[in-house]
Amino acid sequence: MATETHDAVEGAAHAAESAGMPQLDFSTWGNQIFWLIVTLVVIYLILTKIALPRVGAVLADRAGTIANDIAAAEELKQKAKEAEAAYDKALADARAEASRIVEATKAEINEELKAATAKADEEIAAKAAESAKAIDEIRAGAAEAAETVAKDTAAELVAALGFTPKDDEIEGAVSERLKG
Amino acid sequence: MATEAAHGAEEGSSLVFHPMDQFIVKPLFGGTEVHWYTITNVTLWMGITVLAILALMVLATSGAKRIPSRGQSIAEMAYGFVYKMIEDVTGKDAVKFFPYVFTLFMFIVFSNLLGLLPMSFTPTSHFAVTIVLALVVFLTVTIVGFALHGAQFLGLFWVSSAPAAVRPLLALIEVISYFVRPVSHSIRLAGNMMAGHAVIKVFAGFAAIAAVSPVAIIAIVGMYGLEILVGFIQAYVFTILTCVYLKDALHPAH
Repeated sequence: MATETHDAVEGAAHAAESAGMPQLDFSTWGNQIFWLIVTLVVIYLILTKIALPRVGAVLADRAGTIANDIAAAEELKQKAKEAEAAYDKALADARAEASRIVEATKAEINEELKAATAKADEEIAAKAAESAKAIDEIRAGAAEAAETVAKDTAAELVAALGFTPKDDEIEGAVSERLKG
Repeated sequence: MATEAAHGAEEGSSLVFHPMDQFIVKPLFGGTEVHWYTITNVTLWMGITVLAILALMVLATSGAKRIPSRGQSIAEMAYGFVYKMIEDVTGKDAVKFFPYVFTLFMFIVFSNLLGLLPMSFTPTSHFAVTIVLALVVFLTVTIVGFALHGAQFLGLFWVSSAPAAVRPLLALIEVISYFVRPVSHSIRLAGNMMAGHAVIKVFAGFAAIAAVSPVAIIAIVGMYGLEILVGFIQAYVFTILTCVYLKDALHPAH
């Protein structure tokens, strides 16, 4: 492009010699420079007083909004994570609680079962003892009755044979026989 | 290119070429005298430039909406473009020059593009205009440089990283290049604008010859597209060079 420019400038210079180059008509320079300065000052004032602060503010505002939105999104994401963690924790707690209750119930039931078993054992033992005692009594009663019957029978027999029964002798004889 | 065409045209007397007539400064309301205060076509087109900038930067942004309209988007884009340029090229401490650089950019880009309208006048194709623009930049850089750094600003010309023997020579070259800056800065812009417009005019002259008129018209279309590009690029180049020169004023060390 540079060489093109040079060519063009040279070409223009030649043209100026032949056809006259308005750019080199110095009588118009004052006019152009005056209006250029007016134009630049006006543009500068428009830009610095109105346009640039406004556009700068818009750009800053937008950048701020975007940054805020990103921060808000980040915060919400964090909150969602926290909520998830809380949910997980609640779930785990509930599970632990449930298993704790199961354990406790099991233990309680075991305890009750043990107590009931023990009580039942005790009752059974008591009943068995009672029964054994009753049996013993019956047995004792039966032996005594047998002895009594034997003594009475022996006394009757003795009497039938014509003897006067002597209680102590009969007793002793019966006891001896019963032992045997 | 333009010259050959123009010469050719003069030889072939049936054709009338006035590729440079579009650059003539003339009073709008009669008369031929151009005093410094005369309202001329320069005034008109500079005024239109001001109105265009007003329309884009003020009217289009009047809502100052968080979600921008199309016009506001363009205004914001222009703002961001120049702001980023000055931040990247000159440095973050240079943003106080932003309104000034933005003024230059907007004026040049709108002059360049409005100058492409048929029958229009392009202020930036005149050396009077571009030299003032370039001199303003040159003086700003020089004054700011000395105001901020005093005599140390002259260190700009003293390449301390070079061998001591060649430093004076380099200093001479640096000084020359420093003073050539406003010249190249201004001629680059005016030359590009003038050349493009003149070439379009020359092709337009050829369009009067039936045999070559299709070619000429296609060439005008092509040149027109190219000129839109050049209008942007030259505004960009002028602005970025302003930023580069301002960098010297703010950070003169090599």
